[in-house]
Amino acid sequence: MNTSGLIVMVLSVGTAASLFSWCIYKVLTTPRETEKVHGVDLHTPDMDVDS
Amino acid sequence: MAVAGSAVGLGNFLRFPGLAAQYGGGAFMIAYAISFLIIGLPIGWAEWAMGRYAGGKGFNSAPGAFAAILNKRWAKYIGIIGVIVPVMIYMYYVFIESWCLGYALKFWTGSVDLKTTDDAVAMFKTMSGQLVDGSALSLSWNTALPWLVVVFVFNFWLIYRGISGGIEKMCNLGMPILIVLALMVLTRVLTLGAPDPAKPHDNVVNGLGYMWNPSKVQIERTQPAPGEAKVVEELVGAAAITEAEQRVAASGGALKLVTITPWQQLQNPLMWMAAAAQIFFSLSVGFGVIIVYASYLRKTDDVVLSGLTASSANEFCEVALGGLITVPAAVAFLGLASVAGQGTFGLGFTVLPLVFAKMPLGTFFGGAFFFMLFIAAVTSSISMLQPGIAFLEEAMNVGRKVSVTILGMLTTLGVGFVVFFTKDLKALDTLDFWVGTFLIFILATIQIIVFGWHWGIERGLKEAHQGAAIRIPRFFGCIMKWICPVFLLVIFAMTVLTSVFGFDLSTRTFGNPSSYVVDLIGGVKDDKAVGTNLAAQLSVALVIIVAGFFALLSSRSKNFQRAEQGLNKHD
Repeated sequence: MNTSGLIVMVLSVGTAASLFSWCIYKVLTTPRETEKVHGVDLHTPDMDVDS
Repeated sequence: MAVAGSAVGLGNFLRFPGLAAQYGGGAFMIAYAISFLIIGLPIGWAEWAMGRYAGGKGFNSAPGAFAAILNKRWAKYIGIIGVIVPVMIYMYYVFIESWCLGYALKFWTGSVDLKTTDDAVAMFKTMSGQLVDGSALSLSWNTALPWLVVVFVFNFWLIYRGISGGIEKMCNLGMPILIVLALMVLTRVLTLGAPDPAKPHDNVVNGLGYMWNPSKVQIERTQPAPGEAKVVEELVGAAAITEAEQRVAASGGALKLVTITPWQQLQNPLMWMAAAAQIFFSLSVGFGVIIVYASYLRKTDDVVLSGLTASSANEFCEVALGGLITVPAAVAFLGLASVAGQGTFGLGFTVLPLVFAKMPLGTFFGGAFFFMLFIAAVTSSISMLQPGIAFLEEAMNVGRKVSVTILGMLTTLGVGFVVFFTKDLKALDTLDFWVGTFLIFILATIQIIVFGWHWGIERGLKEAHQGAAIRIPRFFGCIMKWICPVFLLVIFAMTVLTSVFGFDLSTRTFGNPSSYVVDLIGGVKDDKAVGTNLAAQLSVALVIIVAGFFALLSSRSKNFQRAEQGLNKHD
């Protein structure tokens, strides 16, 4: 790996890791944010209707 | 963790490394990062906002959402694309998922005995049934069928009985398990050094170089004979390049050493297409999945940070884990030649098993890697079913269990079709192109146009910002209205020109249509006249039949009529 490859790798991995870390920090430090942030929650409300 | 877990899938660990290596590593990362910024994040936020808006009016399916937003009769038919894409992709995704489970268990039981590349190719062809149509359907430890039955039943069992209690915990634990397993495999890979002292060039550092160096260095033939490849060999590492210079000097002008700069690589539209398609695939943007899950959120929920967190988790797994494991390990054990030209499946299911077979404790690490892929795939495949379930519930006005049963029958037929026509993986490949690439581009483009032009940026951002802890930066307004749609339309036009009409971007001339078109209507392939391919034709027919079935249900749905009239579903 040459120097420019090392720079691209460090920048790419560093940016991805920093952005993910910042999101986790923001979710955990904002009041009640853990209740308001959702992903693809596999348990959907229609599961409770006729189960 | 649940947000992150739902975002990660097979694309992160199989598709991304293969594409990055194929298109020149560092240069591909530039196109990939730009695609993430101008299509991944904006369309993701648009989907989250539009889905939640539709959910507020009581509509959870993509046709319902489009009808509720556009208030037009034809809108529901556009929304059907958001049902076709996840349901049809599920039909082959679950097949690939079964390979992962099969490989994991075969590794852990010590029944993988690979010595050569031919062994690895034979193992994969047997597992996936590529030799003869129908061969994957034989019940054997070495074929996909037993694993497919387990995976298929597991998926529907989860979706039928509901994700609750222990299952919910298992799904929530999936992400930490996956990251721990990935970090273990990553640590092992990065500490490999040069496994074979007789081949010092085959080492992890050169593997990382192949993956990340922005410039590509290769030996080319100055005058290749007809049918002869122009590129002889790709090179990484100062020692290898010095040796190559001596070889070129001794060739008497037959060979030359060529350096391809990042700028030259960025002029290749195919690379931009690949980067955009990877963003769609890995972020589930344009799939019709996000819009459905967002519809279950409340006005007070935060869709901006939700979208950003899911995307960033996905990028972390893709770039920081997937990008550091697959290619470096393959180069260290098998050399550059084994990696160059390998596609997604080649790297994941032939090169990597061979790597693990040669690695100390490879039985454990191989099993762990493929089990990790299986865990990543399960959450993704379950999420692909929900758009179909929500659609059938709304279109037919039935409960969840009836909807799941109908979808179960439909996908059983579809998966059976894909698993029967396995020769050269023709059905899978055809569906992946026409649905997994073509329709996704169309849906994503429509979504961002609806957000930026029908709603308008002011209203769209206002909708997205409800309940949000962070605000979408203002410059994204310009990206969502202008840059993203234009970028997508240009890429889509390029895809149609090259993949459908056979336009050669390097010579700027029209050639023969691509194999995807030749398979359907016949034509010329490799300078020979070839006929049509039945499996490919039936695959496209299957898409049309499913689309027709969904359109028929939509046309008769009273719920969608209410959406068209601007009414709430439950008014």
